[in-house]
Amino acid sequence: MRKTVLFEKHIELKAKMVPFGGYIMPIQYSSIIKEHNATRNGVSIFDTCHMGEFVIKGKTAVNDLEKILTCSVSDIKTGRCRYGFICNENGGVIDDQILYRISENEFFMVVNASTEKTDFEWISSHISERTVIENLTEKTAKIDIQGPQSAKLFQKLMSERVDDMKYYNFKYNYYHGEKILTSRTGYTGEIGFEVYCTPDCALELWDECLKNGAVAAGLGARDTLRLEMGFSLYGHELNQKTNAASSGAARAISEKPFIGSQIVLDKSKNRLKLVGIKLDGRRSAREGDLIFDKNGSRTGYITSGSYCPSVQCACALGYIVDSQQLSSELIIKTERGDKLKGYIEALPFYKQATGRKDIKNFL
Amino acid sequence: MTPQDRRYTKTHEWIKIEGDLAVVGITDHAQESLGDVTFVELPSTGQKVAQKGECAVIESVKAASDIFSPVSGVVSKINDDLESSPEKINTDPYDKGWIFKLRDYNKEEYETLMDAASYDNFVENEQ
Repeated sequence: MRKTVLFEKHIELKAKMVPFGGYIMPIQYSSIIKEHNATRNGVSIFDTCHMGEFVIKGKTAVNDLEKILTCSVSDIKTGRCRYGFICNENGGVIDDQILYRISENEFFMVVNASTEKTDFEWISSHISERTVIENLTEKTAKIDIQGPQSAKLFQKLMSERVDDMKYYNFKYNYYHGEKILTSRTGYTGEIGFEVYCTPDCALELWDECLKNGAVAAGLGARDTLRLEMGFSLYGHELNQKTNAASSGAARAISEKPFIGSQIVLDKSKNRLKLVGIKLDGRRSAREGDLIFDKNGSRTGYITSGSYCPSVQCACALGYIVDSQQLSSELIIKTERGDKLKGYIEALPFYKQATGRKDIKNFL
Repeated sequence: MTPQDRRYTKTHEWIKIEGDLAVVGITDHAQESLGDVTFVELPSTGQKVAQKGECAVIESVKAASDIFSPVSGVVSKINDDLESSPEKINTDPYDKGWIFKLRDYNKEEYETLMDAASYDNFVENEQ
């Protein structure tokens, strides 16, 4: 099991540690709900050093990435990030990733921890000879600073201004003299930043954020936060067997040829769709529970579910047959044999998130 | 730490005699391992329960866990407050976080359960 550079920090904070994506990671420090609420209302920090980072560059990089990714690549402006999938030939998802355009011919890609090795091998074997890929995972540390109060904290810590950072923009900034990559992204729905730096720099940044009132948040809160936003989690909503188009991430899929596009772009395929389901109460549906329509016919399955602290009821994501309408009533049969009532709900479940708002209102 | 005025099970419930009734809840160790409690499915009053029988479900953010009755008896009262404030199990597991009360409970079964010292010892060895 791998440890991130912040491992000792988590132990000092008495975190509960669990295996995740080949790493031993903090699932919670004091309470998932407290860490969740700190992110929605204040500022929290997440150790995301486990995630994978690659640099892909060369004159042929754009063309290669157009073939490897479902999102369009050539029209990404320098300084912008874009979310997209890496698909296999059958249109299943090898991983979801965020691509940063560093310059005309240079890209930075962030991928999941559990799939980093598979991704690296897949991309390496699908790029042309003149495209270079480098795996930066080992030497790159990463901290996510998230929440409505993150902008103030971030500005305090960075040497250069941050008020020019729009949603999904990135820029190089300086922290204690070290040049670091920062992006206005995250997985919580709130305004926030992802910071890529050296391990030593991450240790300093972590402590300084805590000293300035940020709350350390673990994977548990990360999961309830992303669930409230309806964001997919690799290995749950996304996997090698589920058609990327079913995930509903229309903006991540472009009408162009890419590996798997013949299946992903074929609308005649009778496929499932990912929907949000708001449950009638606090009782949660869980991954693997079956979904039935109100006539009792089986219509799908749950991929994630939990009590959602900011929505104050249980919410779930699941795949259902693509004919159910918004607000349709559904019945979820739990593993224990209980039947829970729920309704199809427009995503995100939590509608007050600050992520896309103007940063100037938060400084 | 662990209250001396009650008995404990290996499945981390406590049971305390209060007059004719026996009050049941989960231990501090149990709530600590579960994490934030988000939902409690309570038994029905009048329901007969067997010793070690499933009689309630506690859900945390991460998972659902069964609660087993420490002794056999009949459910006479349930803690309705937990429906709107399940977090009481986290904040006050030995008092306000009680789950149900039994009448006509089996006193011999009660006597076989662990006291506080034995329970503390059990938890230590379990880890």
